[in-house]
Amino acid sequence: MKTHVIVFPGSNCDRDVAVAIENISGSKPDMVWHKNTSIQESDLIVVPGGFSYGDYLRCGAIASTSPVINEVIKKAKAGVPVIGICNGFQILIETSLLDGALIRNKTLSFICKDVYIKPENSSSIFTEYNNVAKMPIAHNEGNYFASDDTLEKIKDNDQIAFKYCNADGLVNEESNPNGSLDNIAGILNDRKNVLGLMPHPERAAEITLGSDQGKNIFEGVLR
Amino acid sequence: MDWSYETEQSLVESHGLKIDEFDSIVKGLGREPNLTELGIFSAMWNEHCSYKSSKYWLKKLPTSGDRVVQGPGENAGVIDIDDGDVAVFKMESHNHPSYIEPYQGAATGVGGILRDVFTMGARPVANLNALRFGDSTHPKTKHLLTGVVEGIGGYGNCIGIPTVGGEVNFHSSYNGNILVNAMTVGIAKKDKIFYSAAAGIGNPVVYVGSKTGRDGIHGATMASAEFDDDSEDKKPTVQVGDPFTEKLLLEACLELMKEKAIIAIQDMGAAGLTSSSIEMASKGNVGLEIDLTKVPMRASNMTAYELMLSESQERMLMVLEPGKEDMARNIFKKWDLEFEVIGRVTDTKNLVLNMHGKEEACIPINILVEDAPEYQREYTVRDPAAEYHLDKAILNNKTIIDDLVKMIGHPNLCSRRWIWEQYDHMVMADTLVRPGSDAAVVRVHGTNKAIAISTDCSPTYCKHNSFEGGKHAVVETWRNLIASGAEPIAITDCMNFGNPEKPEIMGEFVECIRGMTEACSVLSYPVVSGNVSLYNETNGEGIYPTPAIGGVGLIKDINKIKTLAFKELNSKIYTIGKNEGHIGNTQFLSIILNKEIGSTPTIDLSEELKNGRFILELVNQDLILSSHDIGEGGLLVAVAEMAMSGEIGASININDHTHFFSEDQSRYLIEVSPNNEDKINQMALDSNIAIELIGETTKDDLIIRDIGQISVQNLKLKSESWFPNFTK
Repeated sequence: MKTHVIVFPGSNCDRDVAVAIENISGSKPDMVWHKNTSIQESDLIVVPGGFSYGDYLRCGAIASTSPVINEVIKKAKAGVPVIGICNGFQILIETSLLDGALIRNKTLSFICKDVYIKPENSSSIFTEYNNVAKMPIAHNEGNYFASDDTLEKIKDNDQIAFKYCNADGLVNEESNPNGSLDNIAGILNDRKNVLGLMPHPERAAEITLGSDQGKNIFEGVLR
Repeated sequence: MDWSYETEQSLVESHGLKIDEFDSIVKGLGREPNLTELGIFSAMWNEHCSYKSSKYWLKKLPTSGDRVVQGPGENAGVIDIDDGDVAVFKMESHNHPSYIEPYQGAATGVGGILRDVFTMGARPVANLNALRFGDSTHPKTKHLLTGVVEGIGGYGNCIGIPTVGGEVNFHSSYNGNILVNAMTVGIAKKDKIFYSAAAGIGNPVVYVGSKTGRDGIHGATMASAEFDDDSEDKKPTVQVGDPFTEKLLLEACLELMKEKAIIAIQDMGAAGLTSSSIEMASKGNVGLEIDLTKVPMRASNMTAYELMLSESQERMLMVLEPGKEDMARNIFKKWDLEFEVIGRVTDTKNLVLNMHGKEEACIPINILVEDAPEYQREYTVRDPAAEYHLDKAILNNKTIIDDLVKMIGHPNLCSRRWIWEQYDHMVMADTLVRPGSDAAVVRVHGTNKAIAISTDCSPTYCKHNSFEGGKHAVVETWRNLIASGAEPIAITDCMNFGNPEKPEIMGEFVECIRGMTEACSVLSYPVVSGNVSLYNETNGEGIYPTPAIGGVGLIKDINKIKTLAFKELNSKIYTIGKNEGHIGNTQFLSIILNKEIGSTPTIDLSEELKNGRFILELVNQDLILSSHDIGEGGLLVAVAEMAMSGEIGASININDHTHFFSEDQSRYLIEVSPNNEDKINQMALDSNIAIELIGETTKDDLIIRDIGQISVQNLKLKSESWFPNFTK
């Protein structure tokens, strides 16, 4: 099993996701500095959370021009599984690997708390566990937005990966923490090998931390 | 320099120095200082950097213990947490800047304390804070609260260090002078701690981090003066933080620290390049020669004066092993940071500054440090407030539930969820107990042990009996650590007081120190680092004495962690410690009767020690399900907190109504499975511990027998709605 975690200046969940991957798969991922221009053969590439480039300009915008990104795009297009978590999701959107936009939370404040999400798509490698999972969010700009056309397209094409819901799996307004359109917590690309999500599955990968249900998202790939 | 007497006097005063202090500068130098030198003396001799009013008293605090690796005097304190690991921690104030500009003031407070910790070679793993705001009805409070919380989150979230706990109070004494105290805890290896003493004549002095600009000039001097109505004009002295750069600086420093290259390292905090260079030279008993033209500058035409006094953030000064410059430069280049050799270590014991080939300053280090003024200021101790006797009719059955609801919905006792949900408290994936319990618990990465951390202080206790208040602040953190299942080890203190030139304020300081000293001694709970913030006054009104304490403890096995949340239905609830009914100076009087009156409760430290040890024994033998200290607000509030946290109800049966809200000290609540009741009662009897069964856990409701009941959901709603409503 060969996995890679991209490290940008300002990434701060790179270690957390590396630990989770190692715990699940038994092998340590390679940490790839953003200035690298190539990535070895890979079974999974993770674009981790954090504040790449301080989130200056616009979240993920500067990181999306880093040298390593071309290689990430190339690998993604070749079908390698790619997960972007939180800031990583924002970066993948900036690269246009994923559709839509992530705008300021409806509350206009940073939110760190546990949420529940449930898979909407059962055909991707990340969403095959069809149950509700508890994990934390921690972001300022996680409010998913897309134009009507784009939303229709990702719906028609079964690209919604996860929706925010309550503990019983009910998708409603109260369980939407940040104002995301249609409670969308994560989406897939056309081919379903690229996932972007705002919640942090790596922070919910052992029961001591309050939940291990985040493991589900990695297990399809790492098993 | 030829100054007229008037110019001289106004220059000296505008630098926050007294004329007699200026005279001793002239005497020490054997000449008058030039402007740059005057600026340097001003920066070093202000209250914030010199501790001139407090030093004498701080020396009385106990600072040693079996686990103390480094006590006060370095960038942060260091304690041994077994297996070759150490915890490095300190708390520091950023009060004055936060009042002027809450977001940046609070943000750079976090940035500064983080640097203090990673300067020593530790990776920061937890941020906490202690905040005081004015009365919630004061027109500025909402703006200051939202700004400070956003600033703390803005910095900590971005750099990726979890903010795991803290405390907040509202009181009118902070209307014109809020307090923002930030604490950081880091983890390092015991044999890889870095210190600040410069050494090795001829070794390069290296500047790393951000460029130097004109921001924050005279920040430390501003922080050593009282405020008046024109304080807003001081905005330009507040620094601007860049947590992204700090993240790069953190990673670059830790990367370089893996190599054997750094001889000494010091962050540039208050008084920037001045205090960092002088600190390093003084500790190493050497001189430094610096070429200021080499300092990376953000603005053009900066003068020596400005370069030495700038408080631009995210900068460090280091002395490197000769020959390691290129290797070190490459690391900082990788992280896109400035790296310049700006000087060298000399044997002259002078601080020599050159610029464009001209000598701008030459000051013997010992004059700056050893000759710094030290005062034994006059003090008077007020008599503690008199005992207050409550008319028991006030505690009638009909009002108890309403009183409880008012109390748990009051800004000083309600849920802080609105605050901590704005802080990333989970990043680094080691936060085992999140904010909202007695202490935050953070796992030592990759191990099965954890540290518990708590910040505390009760300013009203301190105001009405500074000695007992000082004791209480220390003890409250100790209790919180115990209740979390941790062995308390040591504290950091952040001493916030008014103008020390007023004997009554100085008396509060002296008495708080005396109380802290007694508590630290009896509990073997030494002070390993700290900070003093004086002149917290506006228009002559001082704040309440606020010795904020940050306590750190060790949990050897994470399976022994305890939280306050009720865990099971039908378990028994006991109090440990004597329920005596002390009602003076309590939250009940303040919130329900609107009276700040009566005596601060006293603490019997031997009782405290005994009860705390007993709780730890129960924890070690796995005999309790949850535990919580009984703090401000008293017994019923504490039960309600356990119920809300666990979303489990309780049925309480207490005959003496004065026990509902009294604030007797040294007490805990424990939740016990019925199977363990006999054993615990026997142990209490054997150890002469006061123990009382007060009820049991039930579904959904908090029931006070023969009085009334309320649903836990309703309580929670009341407790969690104050902050969101207030800040809407």
